[in-house]
Amino acid sequence: MFHIYCPYCEEHREEEEFHAKGQAHIARPPAPDDCSDREWGEFLYFRDNPRGLHHELWVHAAGCRKFFNITRDTQTYEIRETYKIGDQPAVSTNPDQ
Amino acid sequence: MTQKNRLQSGGRIDRTRPLPFEYNGKRYTGFAGDTLASALLANGVDLVGRSFKYSRPRGIVAAGADEPNAIMQLGASEATQVPNVRATQQELYEGLVAHSTNGWPSTEFDLMGYLGKVGGRMMPPGFYYKTFMYPQAMWDTYEKYIRKAAGLGRSPLENDPDRYDHVNQHADVMVVGGGPSGLSAALVAARSGARVILADEQAEFGGMLLHSDEQIDGVAAVEWVADRVRALGEMDNVLLLPRSTVNGYHDHNFLTIHQRLSDHLSDRAPQGQVRQRIHRVRARWVVLASGAIERPLVYGNNDLPGCMLASAVSTYIKRYAVVPGQRLVLMTTNDYGYRAAFDWQDAGHAIAAIVDTRTNPDGEAVSMVRDRGLNLITGAAVIEVTGGNRVSGVVIADIDEGGGRVTGKPYSLACDTVASAGGWSPTVHLSCHTGSRPEWRDDIAAFVPGKGVQQQLVAGAVNGSYALAACLEEGARQGAQAAINAGFEVDLEQLPIPSARNVEEWPAMPLFHVPHTKPTSRAPKQFVDYQTDVTAAAVELATREGFESIEHVKRYTAMGFGTDQGKLGNINGMAIAAKSMNKSIPETGTTIFRPNYTPVTFGAIAGRHCNELFDPKRLTAMHGWHQQHGAKFEDVGQWKRAWYFPQPGESMRQALDRECRATRESVGIMDASTLGKIDIQGRDAREFLGRVYSNAWAKLGVGKCRYGLMCGEDGMVFDDGVTSCLAEDHFLMTTTTGGAAHVLEWLELYHQTEWPELEVYFNTVTDHWATMSIAGPRSRELLAELTDDIDLGRDAFNFMEWRSGTVAGVPARIFRISFTGELSFEINVQANYGLYVWEKLFEHGKKYNLTPYGTETMHILRAEKGFIIAGQDTDGSVTPLDLGMGWCVANQKPFSYIGKRGMAREDCVKPQRKQLVGLKSRDPQVVIPEGSQAVDDPNQPLPMRMLGHVTSSYYSANLERSIAMGFVRGGHDRMGDTVYYPQADGTVIEAEICSPIFLDPKGERQNV
Repeated sequence: MFHIYCPYCEEHREEEEFHAKGQAHIARPPAPDDCSDREWGEFLYFRDNPRGLHHELWVHAAGCRKFFNITRDTQTYEIRETYKIGDQPAVSTNPDQ
Repeated sequence: MTQKNRLQSGGRIDRTRPLPFEYNGKRYTGFAGDTLASALLANGVDLVGRSFKYSRPRGIVAAGADEPNAIMQLGASEATQVPNVRATQQELYEGLVAHSTNGWPSTEFDLMGYLGKVGGRMMPPGFYYKTFMYPQAMWDTYEKYIRKAAGLGRSPLENDPDRYDHVNQHADVMVVGGGPSGLSAALVAARSGARVILADEQAEFGGMLLHSDEQIDGVAAVEWVADRVRALGEMDNVLLLPRSTVNGYHDHNFLTIHQRLSDHLSDRAPQGQVRQRIHRVRARWVVLASGAIERPLVYGNNDLPGCMLASAVSTYIKRYAVVPGQRLVLMTTNDYGYRAAFDWQDAGHAIAAIVDTRTNPDGEAVSMVRDRGLNLITGAAVIEVTGGNRVSGVVIADIDEGGGRVTGKPYSLACDTVASAGGWSPTVHLSCHTGSRPEWRDDIAAFVPGKGVQQQLVAGAVNGSYALAACLEEGARQGAQAAINAGFEVDLEQLPIPSARNVEEWPAMPLFHVPHTKPTSRAPKQFVDYQTDVTAAAVELATREGFESIEHVKRYTAMGFGTDQGKLGNINGMAIAAKSMNKSIPETGTTIFRPNYTPVTFGAIAGRHCNELFDPKRLTAMHGWHQQHGAKFEDVGQWKRAWYFPQPGESMRQALDRECRATRESVGIMDASTLGKIDIQGRDAREFLGRVYSNAWAKLGVGKCRYGLMCGEDGMVFDDGVTSCLAEDHFLMTTTTGGAAHVLEWLELYHQTEWPELEVYFNTVTDHWATMSIAGPRSRELLAELTDDIDLGRDAFNFMEWRSGTVAGVPARIFRISFTGELSFEINVQANYGLYVWEKLFEHGKKYNLTPYGTETMHILRAEKGFIIAGQDTDGSVTPLDLGMGWCVANQKPFSYIGKRGMAREDCVKPQRKQLVGLKSRDPQVVIPEGSQAVDDPNQPLPMRMLGHVTSSYYSANLERSIAMGFVRGGHDRMGDTVYYPQADGTVIEAEICSPIFLDPKGERQNV
């Protein structure tokens, strides 16, 4: 069971208080009606499934109800950082960096 | 009964407290301090079960969690049955009742045993796959006998009367294992001020020190243990957990510990006490000091009762004062094994021989053998034992230096016990739970924990350091390091390290498979895994049949699949597989150990989460009234909702018919408090609503209500409800009962991640309000009797409007909305006035035949009007257009609301989508079962082309016929067509496609 630091509550809490909401940084296209079916399909359904670092969106559902992001290693389950919505990750998932 | 194998003195047992117990229907006596296993051995019980596949007689092999054979069914009554208890870990108590689990018809006389002798050859690995797969129809027959013959315990048929619970713990340093390393680590860490938890699976701390002759800091080891445990017990920052197995090491240093609080006292927990407890520990740092398990040697007939681990022999003699035989042969590959022979000799029993597989061993142990005048045979091995239900002799032969083949002429020696010492396997299980792969160390011929992936340190035997002095030092150092890592101060220069004598050790020999004069396939069975009956020949056969991955070998042979997870045999099996494939052990690798380390009872897993406490119940303010009036309830999420209100003698159908008629003819009332209610405020609330609902919200005036459909980005409906404008910047949204939490999270998601610039706030107010919906032609008259400050006139208070005022003197919001199609008012009052107002309505309602109705009547009444229920008539694959609710889609809105683009996808606009229609069965009395699939031609060949399913179906008393809603491909253009619903019993129901609005299509009833 994860031990997650909520960047809003500024405390570690048990995983039971949180819901995982999938990959982070999936922005809704600003002009949906201008998207092709393919582009809309990519936005809707296509997600990364890396072995290693992954940015994820979580919500402190049974706590402050705030959404925030986690950079997590999907192999070791280590959480490298948590950061607020609107912030950029400090730990990059890009192996070139 | 005499305890014929019990010594007159010694051991950690209390001879003044004899404990009678029962095993397989016979009465025996042991002593306080015994385990069930030591008591059985004391009484000379050799046989404790029959083997899983070959039904061979089996005896006790080990003295701890690694025991593969002595697996007991415990319990004096039906309700207290516990299966798969290792006799070696069960402390004896007065009146304990145990049965062996393997052995049908009985352990002593075993029918399958005879079959096994014949059938053994017919049961190679993969036997079940190869034999019982065909014909498939026979599986039920096979299974019954296989299960009975295998017999790995049974669950009780009555409810467990005992209590179990869970405790959350936090530790700076969690030490696993209370042997020399663990005690050493715990004390150093605790003295730094860190919060320390020390857990050990045994009743007493000390581990192997409890049967050791060695000295620590100049005193006997057991005295050192007692002193350390006392010191730890006096510290407030230390939690000592004996009888507590750390069973799982999970993510982020979360550990689960199974503590047995009363299993050593009695069949049932004493009055008011908890039987077992799960500690859920979150630790900053973990020190694994879980020790090592001795490996047995693999030789012919090594499963005969009387064949034991050397360390177990020592444990039984020194700790329990039980010598499990008269005449011993010890086979060892290392110096540690010699201890068993010395203990045996010191107990005054005979030693036939010590067989050391090493060619020229010459350590301290060997010189002690010479001093004691024992018969030492080196460069040789016990290649086979002989005997029926107990060892009667051994066959010994010289082997070559590598242990690969027999070089000398075999000869026999009489004995009744064979102790084998094949070296140590560190207990790497917990480290493996975290995903860390164990690493092979050639110097000790064993796997040790690999690089840790969590905040973990290892100390002592689990780390491959077997000598006592090394254990004590590593324990102290790692305990200090863990405390430092957790933020505490320890002076490493001044670290007190307990001292023990350094013993000069002769290198151990790696030997995983003792050679025989015959090839493995024809030699007497050489067991690798006792519990699942896997032999060396079976492992070799598996590799010959092409199973090269050790994980596949495991699954094909069932090696390590028992309740013991192969604690004894796995390393031997992997080594045999590796050799058979000409690979090294590290190349072959290991299988993965997973939680739990030892089996955990369901009671402990459930804890207090059972019966009333299994799941929270949500009750409305009027719940008690419903109960008093005979309501039947249904679960909707966690809510208990009144389902219907049968009167005495009424069937469900009669009750529903009465409730439906009363509502349409006069007035009915429903408790709608469970509907989700979300208070939405802020300057941009209206804009926000327009983005999350498919319809328009820009012009909804204050005092008005509007129905809305909520879709996902894929254009599929997921919730619906009425939202009312309370003020320009204040709205009240209602959701489905089950969808409330999800909708609130959905709104927050979009506000926080997509449109943070909108000023809008959400809060759940579901529990703040009690909601009662009165519906029917006389509802206005009824309400008028209870309110004097709201004009209820048709033109003063229009449909889809709300007013605030008082009802029965209580401040209320009244919504003129309708889910029944009748003139209807939804009265909302503060929840704690709910029951009062509800009862006031009934006081005045008698003359109108005010009738309470539940969710089932609500379903029928709304279906008569063709109103959907999100989640019943939708399933996440349905757009508003599929539902025929295009009127609820506003494509002219400037903002591309959620669902708009999704609805325009190619698949959503194609013709022949499944569309929601009404259905009338040809025979009006036949109700089409929900879930039935529509077909055009019921006589077409299978598989039929299915057109869609029935989502809602009821008998309508008002229409005096059955009505249904369901999906039909292209159904909106097929009004009047006939479709067929084939049923599982072979009958076919014929139905006509129609509008889903069965009653009052113009809506005149609600506009009065």
